[in-house]
Amino acid sequence: MSGDDPLERMGRVNFGGIIKEASLAFVPDAKIGDYVIVHVGFALSTLDEEEARKVFDYLDRMEDLAELKEASP
Amino acid sequence: MKFLDEYRDAGLARKIAGEIHRITTMPWAIMEVCGGQTHAIVKFGIDELLPRQITLIHGPGCPVCVTPLEIIDKALEIASLPNVIFTSFGDMLRVPGSAADLLSIKARGHDVRIVYSPLDAVRIAVQNPGKEIVFFGVGFETTAPATALAVFRAAQLGLTNFSMLISHVLVPPAIEALMSSPNCRVQAFLAAGHVCTVMGFEEYFPLARKYHVPIVVTGFEPLDILQGILMTVTQLESGRAEVENQYTRAVRRDGNQHARDLIGKIFRIVPRRWRGMGEIPRSGLGLSDAYAAFDAEKKFDLAERPVEEPKECIAGTILQGLKKPCDCPAFGTLCTPEHPLGATMVSSEGACAAYYRYRHIVAAEPVNSK
Repeated sequence: MSGDDPLERMGRVNFGGIIKEASLAFVPDAKIGDYVIVHVGFALSTLDEEEARKVFDYLDRMEDLAELKEASP
Repeated sequence: MKFLDEYRDAGLARKIAGEIHRITTMPWAIMEVCGGQTHAIVKFGIDELLPRQITLIHGPGCPVCVTPLEIIDKALEIASLPNVIFTSFGDMLRVPGSAADLLSIKARGHDVRIVYSPLDAVRIAVQNPGKEIVFFGVGFETTAPATALAVFRAAQLGLTNFSMLISHVLVPPAIEALMSSPNCRVQAFLAAGHVCTVMGFEEYFPLARKYHVPIVVTGFEPLDILQGILMTVTQLESGRAEVENQYTRAVRRDGNQHARDLIGKIFRIVPRRWRGMGEIPRSGLGLSDAYAAFDAEKKFDLAERPVEEPKECIAGTILQGLKKPCDCPAFGTLCTPEHPLGATMVSSEGACAAYYRYRHIVAAEPVNSK
């Protein structure tokens, strides 16, 4: 990451192996190691890992429910 | 890759699809707004996993596709001027104007350059003080923060050789226009996830209430889209019409305040013509008075010329979700990605391009070439 002025802050982002610079102007709280959504060279949002896991928790619960239904007489 | 592969897991996809099958008791028509979502649906065959009662209608969320013909023609006119370096996102280059496209202007020897980011255009302006640099600012709310920052930077640098041809469009007015149309069959929306990372989703509450439609902010991976559809059908089956967020890992209710602040400073809301849909009031962004010096439409003396769409092209009805690409007699015959009649066949987010690339369907009655 580089730049003192928040609007000029740039960071190196790894797109599955390809490294490109992106502007961090809109994600001043982004830290090294964060995952970000990038559009036309600008990071727009940092990914919330807690939320990212939820769709899988939901699917696990669906599976539990389905097993419960099968098990009940 | 983390946060990507997991959302493409076929087993999990089938599990969600199974749940959708289980709860669907009636026919429903759901529109996915964003062209990126259309592509994912067609590419991964998500529509084929769904029960037949569910119809996915492809929406106008392809900014390249809805850029009005008049503005394309203005772009071509500016790009043809001597001493101009015309910069643009790549997929605008092959969008047909009335008589040509940017790529053919480039082929004639004019300086037309593809840029990845609007900041690249500012850099080119700094490096070429003797030339006029114009950037073609096309996009939804997702792109507006980037063009806003480019204008802001150009102003900071005191550049006098930089301007933008702006054609930014906004999603909520388009939804309003679609819902007000008497032909509209849409009963629910998957809202565009990345637009909402910027804007949040407050604007959708009045729309959900007014038209009694569920609106679910949805991501772009197969599991996102399937989960978005599941949440939507759950609402439809129980008669609810609320705004929900499927894409919670990237979208917050208020969106990105920094981005919205800058958009508010650089732009103002203007009426905008949407290609194939006509003028929608308060549906676009234009430069605010403070930044008028960077407006290419003001800077260059451009004639208002009549525009003419190819008569075989039905892109307008496709963008409104009234027809599908395979309904078009020119699809795959007169109109292909190599020689497109309309923007929906050119753009990486266009419905026709998606169908052509992933579905190999040819029109039943091909149109004879002239």
